[in-house]
Amino acid sequence: MSASTVSPTRPQTSPQVLRHSTAFAWGSPATYLIAVVLIAACMGPVLYIVLGGFRTNSQITEDPSGLPSPWVTTNYTDVLASSEFWVAMVNSTISALATTVGTVVLGVMASFVIARYDFVGKGAMYSLFAAGLMFPMTVAITPLYLMVRMLGLTNSLMGIILPQIAFALPVTIIILVPFLRAIPQELEEAASIDGASRLGFFWRMVVPLSMPGVITVGILAFINAWNNYMLPLFILSDPATFTLPLGVANFASQYSVDTARVLAFTSLSMIPALLFFTLFEKRIVGGLTGAIKG
Amino acid sequence: MSDSQVMAPEGPSAAGGGSTPPPAAQPAAEPSRRGADWRKRAEITLLTGPAILVFLTFVIVPVVMAAYYGFFRWKGFGPPTDFAGLQNYVSILTDPTFQDAVRHNFIIVVLSLVIQGPVAILFALLMNQKIRGRSVIRMLIFVPYVISEVIVGTGWALMMSDTGAVNTVLAKIGLENLQQSWLADPNIAMGTLMLILTWKYVGFAVILMLAGLQSIPEELYEAAAIDGASFWQQQFRITLPLLGPTIRIWAFLSMIGALQLFDLVNIIWGQYVAATAGTSTMATYMYLNGHLAGNYGFGSAVAVVLFMISLVVALFYQRFVLRRDTEGAVTGNSGRKRRKK
Repeated sequence: MSASTVSPTRPQTSPQVLRHSTAFAWGSPATYLIAVVLIAACMGPVLYIVLGGFRTNSQITEDPSGLPSPWVTTNYTDVLASSEFWVAMVNSTISALATTVGTVVLGVMASFVIARYDFVGKGAMYSLFAAGLMFPMTVAITPLYLMVRMLGLTNSLMGIILPQIAFALPVTIIILVPFLRAIPQELEEAASIDGASRLGFFWRMVVPLSMPGVITVGILAFINAWNNYMLPLFILSDPATFTLPLGVANFASQYSVDTARVLAFTSLSMIPALLFFTLFEKRIVGGLTGAIKG
Repeated sequence: MSDSQVMAPEGPSAAGGGSTPPPAAQPAAEPSRRGADWRKRAEITLLTGPAILVFLTFVIVPVVMAAYYGFFRWKGFGPPTDFAGLQNYVSILTDPTFQDAVRHNFIIVVLSLVIQGPVAILFALLMNQKIRGRSVIRMLIFVPYVISEVIVGTGWALMMSDTGAVNTVLAKIGLENLQQSWLADPNIAMGTLMLILTWKYVGFAVILMLAGLQSIPEELYEAAAIDGASFWQQQFRITLPLLGPTIRIWAFLSMIGALQLFDLVNIIWGQYVAATAGTSTMATYMYLNGHLAGNYGFGSAVAVVLFMISLVVALFYQRFVLRRDTEGAVTGNSGRKRRKK
């Protein structure tokens, strides 16, 4: 159970250790058999969605489990030509990016104060944010909807971005505070001797030094916002403001007879998350295990 | 992903105790520098103000409002005036539909632990072997966890439907008598839901277990092997006990996530079918009877009940299971831990 300050470095060090120990070993065939079965089970449904998009509805009706023959691309090109898909894609991108930036900016600032300032009520402030972990969005969603409506933010992306930031802050602060606390006091003293103010120290030293932690919390915030279904379901009712999860759900019920097109829409909306995941896999896995193992 | 947000009900007490500043040091150090003091206060306000404002507005205030609205019959327009006392709570707790939902939630909690736990540990042991392509395998089993619930739900709903791929495959391999109405049959729907939940979330458990396994020193196994312990003896005597903390924390996250389950059920079964198929949860009950019905007083009361049930489960678990692991481990309050080491 290492402290979370260690976690961001774990994914960088472990692969090398692994590579050494696996270099010339093959292991038993049974292990590979189980591994192949496991992969097939994990990827089967995903392949079903992707391949289904290359079939026609009559192919799917005749044999729901077959391969595309012949392969058709019209489902995908239709979806790519539809504004519905692109509107949802743009909305999702705006929502996820704004949530990430907002979470990181507000989180780093608040964590910096909690980690490195001494003042009465510091413990209470940390406890306040930590208490947020007790209230998952599901519990707060009904009154949260009322609050967003009161502020006149229903049917606007702001109405989901601000709550997403608010609900991401507890995890962010809990991960970042130990990170910022670990920056040696001597660095701050040295900076102050060189004439830097507390805020100058914050910008020039703290922000760059805490980058690994910032990236971890940023990725967590991004994925949560990108996949969020419940909050947009409550807040957004105008299709022009739909994010991808709502877009997929809406498309699936609207074109429920056009299975092939639903599958094409679904697999296209899967791509950004998968791309993001392959790019940041080590950080995501490290961040998740780090955030939980704390 | 929502489960990663719900992990530290003991947060306030642990954190409050751990990070209180030494009170006397500050005033003594700079007694006469009023300007510096003002400046510090301005900095604190400037830096924490936005975060506190957003957090209070969208997390704390709504939760407090829910507790208040729960006492009213209220359609959500204008201020609530029709005070109902505990009537909402009585209706909820005596509603057989809600009792069913609670029962479903607890079935899901137990089955998730019983199914996903052993499966995840076995897979993690496998992944921890020295085999080729381990990093690729690790990445692929994590894919279901990264895909959004909506995509998972849409895909699986199509596959499991009466005329879907699963039933056709069964027919092709000569197992027609195994064909089922996977989603609609109340005797089977819960099993189908568990299958989908396992598929979606077991990757996350495997990743956690793998991280736990890698912190177990290799020497222990070497020593055990020299003493003549078999592979399985090693796993039961060394791996499982040392993996204990990881398993207990995973179990906690899994339980809280199962109590809050909403997305997959709502996508696959819709608002109305879930109750008859036997897969409704407290959250889908809240969505249907609070939000869709426009009864916001009632919906708020359901939220309070859902919260209380989750809290009681979490506190019990903390008190009787997690207590033996390092305190504050879930909150990541490492300042406290560092001092303890």
